[in-house]
Amino acid sequence: MAIVSLREAINQAIDEEMARDERVFLMGEEVANYQGAYKVSQGLLQKWGPRRIIDTPIAEAGFAGVGVGAAMVGLRPIIEFMTWNFSLVAYDQIVNNAAKMLSMSGGNFHVPIVFRGPGGAAHGLGATHSQALESVYAHFPGLKVVMPSNCKDAKGLLKTSIRDDNPIVFIESEVMYGDKGEIPDGEYTIPLGVGEIKKEGNDLTIVSWSKTLAHVVLKAVDVLQQELNVSIEVIDPRTIKPMDYDLIVESVKKTNRLVIVEEGWPFAGVGAQISHEVTSRAFDSLDAPVERVTQEDVPLPYAHNLETLSLPNLDKIRTAVKKVLYID
Amino acid sequence: MATKIMMPKLSDTMDEGVILKWLRKEGEKIKQGEILAEIESDKADMELEAYDSGVVRKIVVPEGGKAPIGGLIAIIGDPDEDISSLLSGVPAPAPAKAVEKPAQTAGQGKTSEQPAAGPAADGRTKASPLARRLAGENKIDLTKVNGSGPQGRVIKRDLESVLAGNAPSAAFSSKPIIPGTAENVDLSLIRKTIAKRMAESKATAPHFYETVEVDMDPAITFRDQINNVTELKLSFTDIVVKATATALMKHPQVNATYLGDKMRQYHYAHIGVAVALEEGLVTPILRNCEQKRLEQINAELRDLADRARTRKLKPEEYTGATFTISNLGMFGIEQFAAIVNPPEGAILAVGTIVEKPVVKGGQIVIGHTMKVTLSSDHRIIDGAVAARFLQDLKKILENPASLVL
Repeated sequence: MAIVSLREAINQAIDEEMARDERVFLMGEEVANYQGAYKVSQGLLQKWGPRRIIDTPIAEAGFAGVGVGAAMVGLRPIIEFMTWNFSLVAYDQIVNNAAKMLSMSGGNFHVPIVFRGPGGAAHGLGATHSQALESVYAHFPGLKVVMPSNCKDAKGLLKTSIRDDNPIVFIESEVMYGDKGEIPDGEYTIPLGVGEIKKEGNDLTIVSWSKTLAHVVLKAVDVLQQELNVSIEVIDPRTIKPMDYDLIVESVKKTNRLVIVEEGWPFAGVGAQISHEVTSRAFDSLDAPVERVTQEDVPLPYAHNLETLSLPNLDKIRTAVKKVLYID
Repeated sequence: MATKIMMPKLSDTMDEGVILKWLRKEGEKIKQGEILAEIESDKADMELEAYDSGVVRKIVVPEGGKAPIGGLIAIIGDPDEDISSLLSGVPAPAPAKAVEKPAQTAGQGKTSEQPAAGPAADGRTKASPLARRLAGENKIDLTKVNGSGPQGRVIKRDLESVLAGNAPSAAFSSKPIIPGTAENVDLSLIRKTIAKRMAESKATAPHFYETVEVDMDPAITFRDQINNVTELKLSFTDIVVKATATALMKHPQVNATYLGDKMRQYHYAHIGVAVALEEGLVTPILRNCEQKRLEQINAELRDLADRARTRKLKPEEYTGATFTISNLGMFGIEQFAAIVNPPEGAILAVGTIVEKPVVKGGQIVIGHTMKVTLSSDHRIIDGAVAARFLQDLKKILENPASLVL
């Protein structure tokens, strides 16, 4: 087991898949000469050359579209968005071309492409640069949405995503790139659609993913277990779509209570979808209505104090946990 | 938000109830779970709990007054909110009193004319889906369960507390026994809980056992003296509980919980006393036994044991013990070893008092002895620690006069 940073884990996944399959290439803003806006592609230009590590102009719709076309004719592009916020400029390419091509071509054109980059809030980036867009992309049939919470999962899931024959929305986090973690030695992959129980517990299930899980929920769980003397089960679905409902439903059948913590906004969020599925499949096991902790339903403020208030935090999680456990 | 308090259905045959007593006056605060009123039904006098916290804004039916099931009897709400819409259509009670109505702006003027919204008088029982399922599985009538959730919602813990003191359900006794056959009997919730906790205890807490024989002649004399000159009917369990609490105060290592990287030692004795039920057992807790006089322990233990058998214990009355005593003396058991009840660190198993020849002052005489066995979690309690506790316990029981100090 080696300890690497999350940016190194992603770099290894890209590097290994480029070695394994010469059709794989990386394209995006600053990925080549600058070695990546967040240094994720460090060293790849030197190793693989400018034919496979390609700098683009600031033109997301253009290079996303080039990627879709390349994928249709047999290449396996990895398209890096400097942040997922900028993918909105390329939204049409992703949701109309990448997502629907297989269906609309009568099965003739697969689009094996990975769109990747950091999503969600970092610190003080303002409303337009802080968005958690997983629920938006998960809405569209034809797209798979993958969100790792740690180094091991990031590498294993990205390798699987690159090998997948469908378009993948792979959302990382800027504030996680420096997170360190163990990764297995040698070749490994992690299947899409398979979640993981991060921590077993009996009284309550919390589902969360990506940075919110790693930086907020796991810490909150440590505090609340002591404070409230309860045992909390924590599930990381790892893939937003397809979602590992079975794992969550089984957990709720055991704990009878569910809290979903996500960075996105409440309306039509991923948590709303999970809540529906659990209510439908585990209705008779619920002892309390499913609770959600989300970002407040406002454009994320820039001011640090308001930003902190808007995002999921310990206090909001405590309130939700106490509510489903009927603790006054 | 203001909540209407309705006359509850307290028995299947009840049509109306009488307010015996209001425990809060108008304007007084009440917390969720506190007793708001005493109500007389055709079967019994019952306490009515407040389902929500707030201020008693209005008492609609005065003491001695009657109301049909579902009839409005009071309103609980915030101190200054407008409750006039909830009161509209309510006939003025005997001592007619003007309805408080804060000044309203013109736009809100109509609210008081509107009919009261959503009569909760439909007799519907609110319950979580899980509570409904558990009630079905255990054949419990949900309408008879007090809900502790919001707006009186019956939740899992309410059913657990009912089941913790459950009398044998009809399903068990009504089935004919057919000789020569075997049958699968579904485990009740209490049985499942016992199964899980006991297996967990034995699997995680390394047990060891130490037994000591106590000369009970002094305790027998002590008990007779008290019972002869007072109204009390002191039991040996009362004496053992008090003696144990006294000994625990000197030995906090035995009154402790294992917490992985530390242990928590309690400087109070919340003693659980195991009470056998048809479907399992429950251990009501006598809190702060170290501070209680024997007569208090006697009265509380009698009350708790009675309510345990009639499944009337509240959850807080059977959780939070620091130590447990299990007495099988009444069954003639001389000695047994109990399983530690986690998260406690030890449990005392009490045997029967045996009449037998003993040696006293070099003479063989007829004496009375009782064996007590301490089961300890070796992760936090060592043999000598347990032994010193038992030594002290024996000393106290053999010199019981100290228990009245």
